[in-house]
Amino acid sequence: MIAIIEYGMGNVRSVSNAFELLGTKIEITNDPKQLSYADAIILPGVGAFSDGMRNLREKGLIDALREEILEKKKPYLGICLGLEFLAEKSFEGGIHEGLGWLKGIVTKIEPHHSSHKVPHMGWDDTKITKTGGILTELENPSFYYLHSYYLKVDDSEKSVITSTCDYGGNNITTSIQKDNIYAVQFHPEKSQETGLKLLKNFLDIINK
Amino acid sequence: MLKHRLIPNIILNNGNVIQSVNFKHTNVIGNAITAVDFFNSWAVDEIIILDVSRTTDYRTNFHKIIRGLSKRCFVPLTIGGWIKDTTEIRTLLLEGADKISINTEAVRNPKLISESVKIFGSQCIVVSIDIRKNKANQYEVYVDRGRESTGLDPIEWAKKVEKLGAGEILLTSIDREGTLKGYDLELLQSVATNVTIPVIAFGGAGNWQHFVDGITIGKADAVSAANIFHYTEHSTYNAKEYLNKMGINVRMPTFYKLPTPRRPRYDEIF
Repeated sequence: MIAIIEYGMGNVRSVSNAFELLGTKIEITNDPKQLSYADAIILPGVGAFSDGMRNLREKGLIDALREEILEKKKPYLGICLGLEFLAEKSFEGGIHEGLGWLKGIVTKIEPHHSSHKVPHMGWDDTKITKTGGILTELENPSFYYLHSYYLKVDDSEKSVITSTCDYGGNNITTSIQKDNIYAVQFHPEKSQETGLKLLKNFLDIINK
Repeated sequence: MLKHRLIPNIILNNGNVIQSVNFKHTNVIGNAITAVDFFNSWAVDEIIILDVSRTTDYRTNFHKIIRGLSKRCFVPLTIGGWIKDTTEIRTLLLEGADKISINTEAVRNPKLISESVKIFGSQCIVVSIDIRKNKANQYEVYVDRGRESTGLDPIEWAKKVEKLGAGEILLTSIDREGTLKGYDLELLQSVATNVTIPVIAFGGAGNWQHFVDGITIGKADAVSAANIFHYTEHSTYNAKEYLNKMGINVRMPTFYKLPTPRRPRYDEIF
């Protein structure tokens, strides 16, 4: 069973619809105990960083996530906020602490020219810098993006970056892999066959 | 590079897809499942669904329709119509919407924009702005499906919704809607160049060149249409191909084989 965490932050159903289409059993949950029964954990989410972290904390999910993912090494897929939370801190509306599983910060997209609008919204070319993993068999993919902030990985941990996208002069980290932790800034659940292929790759990793 | 988006707009009245001309409903075209299935396989980038029913009698079924459609829609789904509070937004997001479009209530109660942005994020909140020329021949914002004048200037209102945190604007010319005469490019350009959030053009597209004009002259980030897509085979695919040929940066058209079985009736997806 794969657990999708529902913590009041957006389009959980879109994510579960995509996995159901791929024929996987999904449990949508906000119960920390449920996570111990899961083979893999998916953390989707759109919205404000601070609200998201607060909801995770209030539901007692942060300790459970640490135990299942960092200690038991269960496969994790973070989508959008699920990527940004990995950072040490975010500068979205103040300074907020993240999970800190990666050295890096979350900062606002600041395009060098006003023709690049914010939010970064729509389909954009994604440059794969490290193939394999969830990006297996994807060549020059376009994914659907929907965000105003992005993850800036610290130089000391650049090796986790697996793809990037240049938007108005901002070098956006669009996916990372660190051991069993996979995360993407774009929305595979809304990127049609390209996105479904990425989710299928994640399932293949779990079933290996 | 970020691509310009092509977005079909499905207008629903009590669950029926309708044709609309200057906001007056004419023909019933069919149901939304067929429309969503076709658009999904024909290379669209997003889908907008607007509930323009005059009462909320059908609203519970509308929610069920959204839930059913979201299971077969793997591009972003924006839902609008009858959005009066954050509870309704939450309900629709749980049913499978990705973005929410607010129109009338945004004018009557602008705080709804900032409140919903705070909860759901800018990227989730689209403000839909309907505009027509008033008796003085000036552009003016209208609400309640074009029935009520507001005295608001489109550019000023667009700037205000941006300031309140909206992530995108769906800009509709009531005078052009359903006429197939092309977008009101003057109006479009004046709004699109005065905000820093994306603007979707809607109302008037009657051929593929109108999409090109909306992007190159009107400066729209995304182009949307309703009627034109319903009556042409492979419509959105062909539109994409044309945009691409004309040098517009779009996601390449491909036919996508829908993995979901055909379901011609609503009760089969409820």
